[in-house]
Amino acid sequence: MEFLSSLIIEKLKKKSPKSENFRHAKSNWKKRAVAFSYSNFILCLTFLFLYIPLFVIIIFSFNKSEGAKLTGFSFRWYEELFLHSGSLWMSLFYSAVVAFASALIATILGTLAAIGISWYRFFGRNYIQSVSFLPMVLPEVIMGVSLLIFLSGINMNLGLTTIIIAHATFCLPFAYLMVSSRVDEFDYSIIEASHDLGATEKQTLFKVIIPAIMPGIVSGFMMSITLSIEDFVITSLVNGNVETLPIFVYNMIRHGVSPVINSLSFVLILIICFIAILLRKGLKSFAAAH
Amino acid sequence: MHTLLKTLINKMKDKKTTNKKSFQLEIASKMHSAKLKQKTTGPAYAWPMGIWFTIFFIVPILIIICYSFMKKDMHGGVQKVFTLSAYKSIFAKDNDTGKFIYLPILFRTLWMTIISTVFSILLALPCGYAIARSKHQTMLLILVIIPFMTNSLIRIFAWQTILGQDGLLNQIFKFFEIIWHFITGNKDWAFVPHKFMYTKAAVILVNIYMYLPYAILPIFTSIDRFDFSLLEAARDLGATKFQSVIKILLPGIKSGIVSSIIFTFIPIFGNYTVPQLVGSTKSYMLGNIIMDQIQKARNIPLASAFSVLLTIVTMIAILFMLASDKHEKNLKKQEKNNH
Repeated sequence: MEFLSSLIIEKLKKKSPKSENFRHAKSNWKKRAVAFSYSNFILCLTFLFLYIPLFVIIIFSFNKSEGAKLTGFSFRWYEELFLHSGSLWMSLFYSAVVAFASALIATILGTLAAIGISWYRFFGRNYIQSVSFLPMVLPEVIMGVSLLIFLSGINMNLGLTTIIIAHATFCLPFAYLMVSSRVDEFDYSIIEASHDLGATEKQTLFKVIIPAIMPGIVSGFMMSITLSIEDFVITSLVNGNVETLPIFVYNMIRHGVSPVINSLSFVLILIICFIAILLRKGLKSFAAAH
Repeated sequence: MHTLLKTLINKMKDKKTTNKKSFQLEIASKMHSAKLKQKTTGPAYAWPMGIWFTIFFIVPILIIICYSFMKKDMHGGVQKVFTLSAYKSIFAKDNDTGKFIYLPILFRTLWMTIISTVFSILLALPCGYAIARSKHQTMLLILVIIPFMTNSLIRIFAWQTILGQDGLLNQIFKFFEIIWHFITGNKDWAFVPHKFMYTKAAVILVNIYMYLPYAILPIFTSIDRFDFSLLEAARDLGATKFQSVIKILLPGIKSGIVSSIIFTFIPIFGNYTVPQLVGSTKSYMLGNIIMDQIQKARNIPLASAFSVLLTIVTMIAILFMLASDKHEKNLKKQEKNNH
């Protein structure tokens, strides 16, 4: 989501595209009235395809009976969700703890590394850079399996700690990327100025660099939290007895589906839409300010 | 989620460095990087992350590579003896039937992944084009992202509700069959639910659903950056709409298409949850074998061997993408030199 925001900001900020011709051609292309075209038609179909499952879930969350047949309207499953699902809220609590802790680790390490790698040349720089790229592209199963074998090899008890370690590992590349794209924009002469004015390394870091790259840090943190809350495959391998939210949902799906999932999904979808709309308004005001 | 974001971020970075950085800034940054070579603070900043990755990522991967060459012991551990038996048992045959056990699953994984990827790209091309051309890009992008941000298990569950025994699709079929039999006057007839769930088609469909945004976004970014005056020029020179798209647009957005292919192919190839929840044992994929070997059979060497196989396939895909990127960059360089 944060990534999307940066993409959109980038798009809104973009004032100097390739050439005059490019801009004219593009605006001409866009000026044409929305008419029937195959691409628009397929886009509509795709949106239908993408949204039908979500609507089905929303409709079924208001269903009266438990089965897959619509029998009537009721708030029964919402009542169940908010009042009688203790273990669900417990799993949400674990998810929140894991997400917060792993995002914190990932953001701190990622920020430091982004500063180090963008501005300094030293031994092992290429190694660190290429290693940080790998966890993003390898399938999750591999990372989970290798971590599980490693953790059981060093006799570590599976539980909250191991989940946090695993999550921090797969969030770290994203936190690093987010911060480093911000650090790249940053003008190094400001730091030289702070050094010239007598600031120590530590003072420069906390009073100059970190405030300047704060947006990158925040988006890295948010991104890590979303990724961590989403993850199922890696968590299911290293979780021990701890149930995070995705694992709870998975168990519910496997052993006798309860429509509580529907109502939970609707609540989650609402939250996501809310964030998306909030983001969009923020973006517009941001664009207007520039 | 992972990989796609990375490409896009990279793409954006490219744009920044090529378009925005002025010449002076570049010189200044070169000068300070030359100065910084002597400093020791760099390692102190960067190595904490380097060490974290080494311990929790590189070492585990090396361990499974080692384990894949070792022997399974009775208690679900490994004996430290060098052997190729894990790799041999990939080609193992069933004692009763004499058929290969794992090979069909590997081939199935491959063809199912290829079909899902092809369909995703075929859908993503017109979608990316339509979004790039539209006035409401931001809106449409957010619309693409929303289902994608919903928990993946919940989306799979939604498909279960649609495809299941008395799910939505079957109810629709029932409705139409009732009408049909009413019209034809056939009375002794009973509705037999169609089997949609637990088939290969269901796995492919849900895979496409899950990874479509991965395909749309890179294609969208490359079409958005495409120089549309070229299309106009082609039309002015007498090309038909179809010709101009095939000969100008598609080669122009090749790198976007390649990254779309890679970033749908890799996650689908290593997928575990979709075949597990909407498929049966007849539509198991590579990810399921690995998880089964770890969680049920406790055969760590075999699971490691399969993981190594999966890693190699992924690596080949990534190298392929990097190579095509490089090729394109070289072409652009040559063009510049020619001018």
